[in-house]
Amino acid sequence: MTSRWLQAGTLACAFAVSGTAFAADPIKIGVLEDQSGDFAAATIGKVHAIELAAEEINKAGGIAGRPIELVVYDTQSDNNRYQEFMRRVLQRDKVDVVFAGFSSASREAYRPIVNQFDGLAFYNNQYEGGVCDANMIVTGAVPEQQFSTLIPWMMEKYGNKVYTIAADYNFGQISAEWVRNIVKENGGEMVGEEFIPLGVSQFSQTIQNIQNAKPAFVVTLLVGAAQASYYEQAASANLGLPMASSVNVGQGYEHKRFTPPSLGDMYVTTNYIEEVDTPASKAFLEKFHAKYPNEPYVNQEAANSYIAMNLYKQMVERANSTKRDDLRKVIAEGDVCFDGPSGNVCLDPKSQHMSHTIFLAHVNKDHSIDFPKVWDNIKPYWLGDEGCDLTQSDPDAQYTPSNPPTKQ
Amino acid sequence: MDFVTTLVSSAYQFGDAFAFLVLSACGLAVIFGMMGVINLAHGEFIMCGAYMTVFAVNWGLPLPLAIFVGSLFTGLVGMVIERLVVRRLYSRPLDSILATWGVSLIASQGTLILFGPTMRGVGTPLGSFMVGSLSFSYYRLVLMATAIAVLLLLYLVFNKTRFGVLARATIQAPHMASALGVDTNRIYTLTFGIGAALAGLTGGIYAPTMTMIPTMGTTFIMEAFVTVVVGGADVFIGTAPAAVLLAVVKASLTSWQGQLAGQIGLLLAVIITIRLLPKGVTGFILKGRV
Repeated sequence: MTSRWLQAGTLACAFAVSGTAFAADPIKIGVLEDQSGDFAAATIGKVHAIELAAEEINKAGGIAGRPIELVVYDTQSDNNRYQEFMRRVLQRDKVDVVFAGFSSASREAYRPIVNQFDGLAFYNNQYEGGVCDANMIVTGAVPEQQFSTLIPWMMEKYGNKVYTIAADYNFGQISAEWVRNIVKENGGEMVGEEFIPLGVSQFSQTIQNIQNAKPAFVVTLLVGAAQASYYEQAASANLGLPMASSVNVGQGYEHKRFTPPSLGDMYVTTNYIEEVDTPASKAFLEKFHAKYPNEPYVNQEAANSYIAMNLYKQMVERANSTKRDDLRKVIAEGDVCFDGPSGNVCLDPKSQHMSHTIFLAHVNKDHSIDFPKVWDNIKPYWLGDEGCDLTQSDPDAQYTPSNPPTKQ
Repeated sequence: MDFVTTLVSSAYQFGDAFAFLVLSACGLAVIFGMMGVINLAHGEFIMCGAYMTVFAVNWGLPLPLAIFVGSLFTGLVGMVIERLVVRRLYSRPLDSILATWGVSLIASQGTLILFGPTMRGVGTPLGSFMVGSLSFSYYRLVLMATAIAVLLLLYLVFNKTRFGVLARATIQAPHMASALGVDTNRIYTLTFGIGAALAGLTGGIYAPTMTMIPTMGTTFIMEAFVTVVVGGADVFIGTAPAAVLLAVVKASLTSWQGQLAGQIGLLLAVIITIRLLPKGVTGFILKGRV
């Protein structure tokens, strides 16, 4: 090697460490999703959606001319893995942004680490709402989008006595609180509420408790594959009550996995499922199947992950930077929107959550889906109304209806 | 709700909890309770039986035959694992925990890779019946009957057959048994196979009521271990009373305060029982005899 080469090499190194990135330096995106364990059925599609979006963006020249490089780890449906891998992607891999998390327990496990290293994370999942944290961008639907639409509609159609069964952790508890409040506001009555530990798969007694309480419909906020055994067992005991949910069908595609009619008369509010019959949805589904012909189902979270990739691309290109503060200045302009598989969506600057078109999916006896109602452009208004304003201050907190932000 | 309905409902719930505990535990009771091998792959044997049953139904076999195939297949898998792994570790119980845990990880991850994160189940047969204002599933009665049949069968096999006598002899005094001409290796393999086949039966018979995923076995594990620990070494006089005790606690607390209370009550009952009866129900019953 001649000394001239050495000089050139040194120069290049110096240039690289000086901080001004080459145009062709990749943008690194960390992907922490459950590809094995209890939640894998609902979340493998998210990884595929991110890979699909990355391939498309890279084919079209990358983000501001820089290719995307994915750093993917399997978090194994295990909260400890989230913490471990979140440290790894932020410290060792030095990614620009992380796409992470399915269960709310996992999100709350990794969120302090994102705060500690001042990173930026996208949480592409529907959840119980209330995260007011400038390090987080949430593209999933929240209770004011899913329950304020679903519960009044169900009460009008079936009656006002409601029974909730919910997974016993932050998601189920806080969602159940939302349901309770909305039922009360609409003049209904909670005839029962039961919280089920994660991993429980036997529901005989719960089914009987529901029969004794005689509700008009059951709100099922069950999470994970073990708890999904409820539907089969309720059907075989001939419970025969309509069900309302914010988590089923749209995430775990139970209507495809279970034998009809165990999910018959289930109503779910979701911002996307593959049955949505719009040209944008069909085009997305076609692209997805072209890349992953064996994908069992393209769910809400896959669509949200795909949308998030495109929102991120737009933000980086408009800010001409991957720094979190520069990106948040772009979000503060209030017009970060994307026309995706689920229609037009926009990021709300106050909460960094996303507006959605909400589809009411109804599962028929033969497990086909129809959509009795569509609500256009439902905004994630609750956090903003209650006083969370990330353009002003960053409390790094999660709020609930019984624990709202303290108003200034 | 009238008296008869309450009675039927309580009996049904007790029976359901009892069946779940007995069927979760029976395979483990043979392998852990009798042979002393802490088999952490028990859940994966159950999963294996469930998957095989669903495959057999998809090939066109009727459900009862499919469950039999699932159970038989799991028994064979169990015997192979005994030959290859567990056999070498009878004198090293701690290492056998690690080895069977490894088997369980390989099995659940292998299933995930081969068959994907989820598989369509077979649907619960037989429909439902009404008592008063409540409706019940017939299939749950089948589960209860199976639990009792399994207990009786185990009692007969281990107490009334030549194989049972040889098996108990081998496990109590292996050197003496082998000096008297018993092929102890074969007995160990067969006993382990019976335990695995029972786990497979549990998987097969619960498969129509559950979600088919590679980690489905783990939902049985807690109940299986606590029943065997409370029951102690004897499959029949240990497991059955332990399951009765725990089922009463679990069913009554669940109907009173919901699933969470049922789970807490179950674990509290276990802690209290093993504090009072360190050798389990078996030790309590056999105290007069030893």
